[in-house]
Amino acid sequence: MKKWFHFRINIKSRHLLAIMTLFCIACIIGTFATGIGPAPLREAAGLIVVPFQNSIRTISDYFQGARQNMRSKEDLISENEDLKMQVENLTGEINILIQDQEELDRLQELYDLDQEYADYPKIAARIISKDPGNWYDTFMINKGSRDGIRVDNNVIAGKGLVGIVTEVGSTWSTVRSIIDDSSSVSAMTVSTDDNFVVQGDLELIDEGKLRFVELYDEENKVTTGEQVVTSNISEKYVEGLFIGYVSEVEQDTNNLTKTGTIVTPVDFRHLKDVFVITRNKQDSFSSSGEGEEQE
Amino acid sequence: MISKIVHLLLILVCFLLQGTLVRQIAIGSVCPNLILILCISIGLMRGRKSGLWTGFLSGILIDMFYGSVFGFYALVYMYIGFLSGYAHRICYDDDLKVPVMLAGCADLLYNFGVYFLQFLLRGRLGLSTYFVRIILPELFYTVFLTAVVYRIFYYINYHFMAPTRQARDSVWVIK
Repeated sequence: MKKWFHFRINIKSRHLLAIMTLFCIACIIGTFATGIGPAPLREAAGLIVVPFQNSIRTISDYFQGARQNMRSKEDLISENEDLKMQVENLTGEINILIQDQEELDRLQELYDLDQEYADYPKIAARIISKDPGNWYDTFMINKGSRDGIRVDNNVIAGKGLVGIVTEVGSTWSTVRSIIDDSSSVSAMTVSTDDNFVVQGDLELIDEGKLRFVELYDEENKVTTGEQVVTSNISEKYVEGLFIGYVSEVEQDTNNLTKTGTIVTPVDFRHLKDVFVITRNKQDSFSSSGEGEEQE
Repeated sequence: MISKIVHLLLILVCFLLQGTLVRQIAIGSVCPNLILILCISIGLMRGRKSGLWTGFLSGILIDMFYGSVFGFYALVYMYIGFLSGYAHRICYDDDLKVPVMLAGCADLLYNFGVYFLQFLLRGRLGLSTYFVRIILPELFYTVFLTAVVYRIFYYINYHFMAPTRQARDSVWVIK
């Protein structure tokens, strides 16, 4: 026992560095070779870390709430009036929408379309912590496999697509947002059904924009303000999730494809609550093939 | 034994704060790097081996939850901890100038490491944009935070952890 202890003290820091460097490089190569990290280790660490993150989140929420309580009465009254106006406007809009919905239902019956994006099963989740560095844009949410979340689930906020689940623990999961520099989404325009790829770009993050590439649009139909949704040929994203509006279009030097930028309606900097769609794109293939839901 | 537990707790607390509280005080969505500050502080106060372990463990934590490549952050932080451990033999740790300068150098090293190994290899060439937009703000913010939190780490090191500094370690002592 004593000898072993003695040996451990005497290992030179330079040798230790070499050993640990080899270990890290082995891990990196392992990730590239298999595409997965050590899941049990991650699960154990999540068990320790996540409760703390949850409680820190709760405390900071409490302080934010206290700050908001101190807002003046006048603000609230004027806001109340504005909101009442908004309710009236929205009620009008809802009536129109209900009519549209009925028409849509009727037409869908005619076309035998049974899938619609409002029908996707969703779970609400709260963001408990964000990427510690400044280079990437990933965050952790407080729901995991216990709540039915799986890898490759799509994540949306009120107005549009937010990202995709990359890792899952029992009570937490990690989400990579679409503005992350390494993210890319297969997308299409609503009016012309042109397919292209939407990529996150760190250089555009300040403007709240995304870059899109490989748009083949010979007749110049895609213009500023065009709506962009996730494409029907995407492997990981379910069809028809709203991404944003086209803000700039540029012809590439090859004169065939176009690139440009997209404005997203989601405020990524102040994101707090998100919805996770618990059905993967792959499920719809397998369920339509086998006629039953895969769990 | 107690100093090891305190050490581990310190790493865990810094990791937790980095994801939550430090994110809240971000200016223009750029936040300082508390984990890096911990690595260089421990390296400076306790030597190369402690710095190495601190960097490795906190890097592994980041890799587990946020990293795309397992082992990458562990490697980067480990080298930062190890290199700042050289300052342990050369400088005294009770002067604030040393950790502040170390934090500046280490943050530069860390960000260039991330850029060259993860962004340049994917063909992102806009180094000037990244430099002005991310690296410089993070550098200044981290240096500022070092001046604030180094005293706390210093206090914890000398009140809750076993002393490591020995006279024979210093290069200035004539043997």
